[in-house]
Amino acid sequence: MAISFTINGKQASIEAAPATPLLWVVREHLKLTGTKYGCGAGMCGACTVHLDGRAVRSCQTPVAAVEGKSVTTIEGLSPNGDHPLQRAWVELQVPQCGYCQSGQIMQAAALLATKKNPSRDDIVRHMDGNICRCGTYARILRAIERAAKQEG
Amino acid sequence: MDRIVDGFERSTEGMISRRGFLGGAAGLTFALSIPGALIARPGAALAAGEVAQSIGAWVTISPDGAIVVAVPAAEMGQGSLTGLAMVFAEELDADWSRVTTTYPPVIPSIFGNPRFGGQMVTFGSGSVRGYWDKIRLQAAAVRRVLMQAAANRWQVPLAELHTEPSLVVHAASGRRLSYGEIAGFAPVPATMPTIEKAALKKTADYRILGKTTPRLDIPAKTTGAAQYAIDVQVPNMVYATVLGAPVDDAAPDRVDDRAALAIPGVLKVVPLEHSVGIVADTVEAAFAGRAVLKVSWSKMPADTYSSADGLKDFLARAAKLDDAGSSYVATGDVEGTFAKAAKVVSAQYSSEYVYHAQMEPMNVTAAISPAGAGAEIWIGTQGVSINVAAAAAMLKTTPDKIRLNQFYLGGGFGRRSPADMLPEVLPLARAMQRPVKLIWTREQDVKSGKLRPMTGHLIEAALDPKGKIIGWRHRIVGESVVAYRGGEKAIEGAKGLDGIVLEGSKHEYGIPNQSIAYLREKRGMGLAAWRGIGAGYNKFVIECFIDELAAAQKVDPVAYRLDLLQDEPRAQAVIKAVAEKSDWTRPRSDGHVLGFAYAQVVETYVAAVGEISLDPKTGIVRAHRFWVALDPGIVLNPDSVLAQTEGNVIFGLSQTLKEQVSISAGQVEQNNFYDYPVLRMSEMPEIDIQIIATDNPPKGMGEAALPLVAPCVGNALFRLTGKRFRAMPLSPERIKAGLAAT
Repeated sequence: MAISFTINGKQASIEAAPATPLLWVVREHLKLTGTKYGCGAGMCGACTVHLDGRAVRSCQTPVAAVEGKSVTTIEGLSPNGDHPLQRAWVELQVPQCGYCQSGQIMQAAALLATKKNPSRDDIVRHMDGNICRCGTYARILRAIERAAKQEG
Repeated sequence: MDRIVDGFERSTEGMISRRGFLGGAAGLTFALSIPGALIARPGAALAAGEVAQSIGAWVTISPDGAIVVAVPAAEMGQGSLTGLAMVFAEELDADWSRVTTTYPPVIPSIFGNPRFGGQMVTFGSGSVRGYWDKIRLQAAAVRRVLMQAAANRWQVPLAELHTEPSLVVHAASGRRLSYGEIAGFAPVPATMPTIEKAALKKTADYRILGKTTPRLDIPAKTTGAAQYAIDVQVPNMVYATVLGAPVDDAAPDRVDDRAALAIPGVLKVVPLEHSVGIVADTVEAAFAGRAVLKVSWSKMPADTYSSADGLKDFLARAAKLDDAGSSYVATGDVEGTFAKAAKVVSAQYSSEYVYHAQMEPMNVTAAISPAGAGAEIWIGTQGVSINVAAAAAMLKTTPDKIRLNQFYLGGGFGRRSPADMLPEVLPLARAMQRPVKLIWTREQDVKSGKLRPMTGHLIEAALDPKGKIIGWRHRIVGESVVAYRGGEKAIEGAKGLDGIVLEGSKHEYGIPNQSIAYLREKRGMGLAAWRGIGAGYNKFVIECFIDELAAAQKVDPVAYRLDLLQDEPRAQAVIKAVAEKSDWTRPRSDGHVLGFAYAQVVETYVAAVGEISLDPKTGIVRAHRFWVALDPGIVLNPDSVLAQTEGNVIFGLSQTLKEQVSISAGQVEQNNFYDYPVLRMSEMPEIDIQIIATDNPPKGMGEAALPLVAPCVGNALFRLTGKRFRAMPLSPERIKAGLAAT
């Protein structure tokens, strides 16, 4: 069946089974491959996107649930890859293998959208569902603090 | 199927022919561009009519000054792509701001790593160590060509010229030519000049190396633009996943594919050697098909294996001294020394199987040419030439008929070295006569994990009447990674010694009579190297045991090691640095304690202190802070060393506290991150790193500090509880059990 929603500001209409995880619709149908498949179980956060501004795990979101809603992926976070978080990510050289980082940035962006000056505890609590196997947590934390400071 | 090329000759995508590129080593060639390569932008800056020059096989310089360096190492987060490009640019004396990289074609005779028999592979912290001389000599030869071309044009002796970043300068006349200008007119010599190692740039003259340099791969990794193999989309491709054998190497016996084929979009179910492939129009259909596929499997010897029983066997064998195993180190008179020792201290340690948990599940895309004599492969791999050779062997063709497109790796850690995805994807591509993108589910990635072997250890020290260590015995029991990867011949050829399992079992403690032995077990598990290699457990064993010896002598563990390492100035330096930085001798309050470890890992000297506390009710260890001091020799990119070391502490803490794959009935019991947890942000310690750069050849960084984390924690736990925890992981269950035991 056709499911219509907004993706990164553009209208999309997708033919997919209603239960299809949004993840595969975004990655393979719409070819927005910045959103990653990590675990398919909502345990790692690599697939994090925004649904009406809220961070969700796209692997746990059936595409039927986004009908009429607005989805933002890493590709749509900022016009030129220059969201304060993305700038801080480059300045602090956060990524290593980089595979989890789209999800990390999208998870962090949802926090900063609602909380201008998060405490360290706020950040850790908010980010704890996102795994980085390479071990970049310390830089992720600092980059979020830096972006919050610059945005605020 | 027009994308399939037999070798490179038929490519129409702006790439020069393979022959032409190869010719670059011997004659004048033009722009190199490898489609599908990551950062292949050569020529992008060229004005109409201009051409870029490929000088030697390793670099292309455009008339506008853009420099593209071929970097053969895989980029999996360790920073080798940037690091090796920096090495090349330094010796070329290039303007770093104009340098980009590309992956070279798979020609091991030119681009192979001397450390690994000339293979194009990325593992064992071997890229910088292996390519250090080779790349500098190549770059110096290119610089010489540029200088000679300028000397010829100006009619001045070569000796009167020097270089500045991307410039050849004749100081006497004030004339200058940029590398780009020279590339615009200069012929490339028939043979590249030979450069003596003594003529290479001195450390003091470095402009690029040693200065923190932003990594070339990072911007794309913040926008979603970075391409991993799992992101590839090839025209006309279909998707596949597999249901793998639950016991490694088992074969599908009966396949009931009715339910799978009933799922809309599922195209075909294909029994493979050790798995069953499900091919579909979409990923979701392939995954759904896998979930309902019913397969029975061939019986395997491992069907009755449990790792809990196996570990008991391993430990029992380690303690059975009349079973000699394969001797790795044998110096002095070990038997006699132990027989006459005033005291023998003995302990048994162990480590469990662990899983790589790389964030990008295993995947590969492949297409086979209609006649079946060539293939194109899209993959992120640590084993580039291994995969090409394997594909050629499987298709009964030659390596030049295999085109491999390398991508960023979403984590490697040893998991992405072998060619073990090809026996699945190539038959699937052949069966479908279409390109196939094969993606494993995370569950499959865990269930078919290629594990770091479980190990059982006996470690003993013979002491003289004054408590000095005069004899050392270390016996390591476990399955062989080398045999799993290379077959029986490989381990026989190595005299029964598994260099991966044994890695890190040597130390610098200057003990005269030593015996280190490997006792091989066969349990049928799928194995691989894992970040830290054998040092990941061997340093846990050695460094905790050294701590035991220090405690028995009532000597401070730092002072004890400094005494043993009197002839090791680099070890002394890192130990003293970390002791000072952590304020080692100051007792901590609030139940916090410190633990110490020292080791040389991948030839880098490392010392670490961990500060922990323990909740005795839950058995949960909390790591508050780690201090690391390390001397890797020449430091290429300081921030990269920091980043890798931070990652090492996190990864190392994860294996120390949490990670364990258990085997029951020959099968991995875990499934996903919910039952194979890895460290999360809330569990990370503060990390304080001191780099002690020395003017020695650069050594490994990607896994140097990791093996020290476990002994730091184990040694701190002893200081806190008076109990030794000798079985890794130091999980809450084990700690509670250990505390309850009397």
